[in-house]
Amino acid sequence: MMTDPNPEAKLSGDAPAPSLPSPASGRGFRPRSSPVMHAPDAQSGLTSNAAAATRTDAPPLPLAGEGWGGGTPASSQGTPLLLVDNLGKSFTLHLQGGLSLPVVAAVSFAVHAGECVALGGPSGAGKSSILKMVYGNYRVDQGSVQVADAGALVEVAGADPRLMLRLRRARIGYVSQFLRVIPRVSALDVVAAPLRAEGVDAETAKARAGAGLARLNLPERLWGLPPATFSGGEQQRVNVARGFIGSQPLLLLDEPTASLDAANRAVVIDLIHEKKAQGCGLLGIFHDAETRDAVADRVVDVTRFSA
Amino acid sequence: MSQEMTSLPDAPLLVAEGLAKYYGSRLGCRDVDLTLHAGEVLAIVGESGSGKSTLLSLLSTELAPSAGHVSYRMRDGEMRDLAALSEAERRLLLRTDWGFVRQHAEQGLRMAVSAGGNVGERLMAVGWRHYGNIRQEAADWLVRVEIATERMDDDPRTFSGGMRQRLQIARNLVTRPRLVFMDEPTSGLDVSVQARLLDLIRQLVEEFGLAVVIVTHDLAVARLLSHRIMVMKSGRVIEQGLTDQVLDDPREPYTQLLVSSVLAA
Repeated sequence: MMTDPNPEAKLSGDAPAPSLPSPASGRGFRPRSSPVMHAPDAQSGLTSNAAAATRTDAPPLPLAGEGWGGGTPASSQGTPLLLVDNLGKSFTLHLQGGLSLPVVAAVSFAVHAGECVALGGPSGAGKSSILKMVYGNYRVDQGSVQVADAGALVEVAGADPRLMLRLRRARIGYVSQFLRVIPRVSALDVVAAPLRAEGVDAETAKARAGAGLARLNLPERLWGLPPATFSGGEQQRVNVARGFIGSQPLLLLDEPTASLDAANRAVVIDLIHEKKAQGCGLLGIFHDAETRDAVADRVVDVTRFSA
Repeated sequence: MSQEMTSLPDAPLLVAEGLAKYYGSRLGCRDVDLTLHAGEVLAIVGESGSGKSTLLSLLSTELAPSAGHVSYRMRDGEMRDLAALSEAERRLLLRTDWGFVRQHAEQGLRMAVSAGGNVGERLMAVGWRHYGNIRQEAADWLVRVEIATERMDDDPRTFSGGMRQRLQIARNLVTRPRLVFMDEPTSGLDVSVQARLLDLIRQLVEEFGLAVVIVTHDLAVARLLSHRIMVMKSGRVIEQGLTDQVLDDPREPYTQLLVSSVLAA
């Protein structure tokens, strides 16, 4: 398990102003120059992203030996697959009189090739929100989320929708907590979709999707059916098969083993080990301690970042 | 949704700048800027009167803007200001490289012409002359949109609402347009009919790498079909971005109201 690499990240009270030096800045990391970390507003949404898209000019990060992630796995050389720096998020609920719900503040960690990093902490600590910000599903209010892309780091915060969709297709996979079912789309097509998006032909994609479903013990008679009527465990297995089928080097896992039985949990653990062996980096939430201990190289305690 | 979206060159297909429309002194919409790329699906959402249909009419040259410009990258790669097209050029564009699927099929179809004729007409507009080829291509498209070929010679007045919408889609896509405008294409249909139509649209968009501007008040439709979303209120775009981000993490009070007002989107 990790030691805290970043004690100064634990700032008390409100989230720090974005213009504060990031906790990592003393180590040669360049903080974002813009003080505005918000997603672009309505007017600039389509144009401001050039900046985000070209934010690949960050200098190579002197991470080796610096113990960004504490445990410093053997693979933590060079550019990480994911670099989260001083990330902060709060929700403003306009329908509740503008109530502000802080989620996390000053989150900093990195994920390198070949390792699985678990986000730890109780429900409501902001673990899923961190995953969703990395995936671009939630906006980043403060700080920076950078993902390795073609040898450089690309900024996810405020990224243009087209860039974000490309990153999802090519760089960031995601196993959500629940499968979002689409009427009339079969389980096999749901699982094959990420491969089709990568440009794999339909036949190959379906064959690999079938192999994935078989591995997760989903009866073949269900493959051609839309998963809407499946049980929770069956839907989750479809979701896991879909999440692991792509070749994205960074994989986000939001409780991938929830509602799975022991046998299928073991399959998921194997799948994670295989991804690690292929050089993928994984960032996951595992409520099940046994699974976490089996796959995680270290745990980032999210309560440290509570806002 | 489809891999075509970013494998194509970065030049946009459709660009609108500073679009505004006033009906006399009444505001239709104002200050709208947008860029659409090939293969990209943009949903425009908002309540009735928010200006979303006005915007669609401006983009598709059905209405002339009070201010601003719309330009389009023609098949030869040249970016043209749509206001500067001749009427013949504009009509050709509408009949070939663009499609328009309307909420009310009777506005998008010729109701007294057979189903096959509705599809074949667009082919004739792009120069097809051989009757057998036109009929065959029309028949192929009817099959694609799940209309039995024995209904080919029936006119759409005898069709159900869902069939009429599918026929509109066949009529529009037969010329392989690159850009399709859709105005509430699934409104007023039964849920099961709607699901079938959405599935068809989703597949065709993916297969042909269509760029789509779809106006809808249904956030679930926007989530299913679109890459990006624009939220309009009182004639202005108040929020926009990646569809799932805007729907899952809405920022503006009005967007939060919209999202929280549906059962599940």
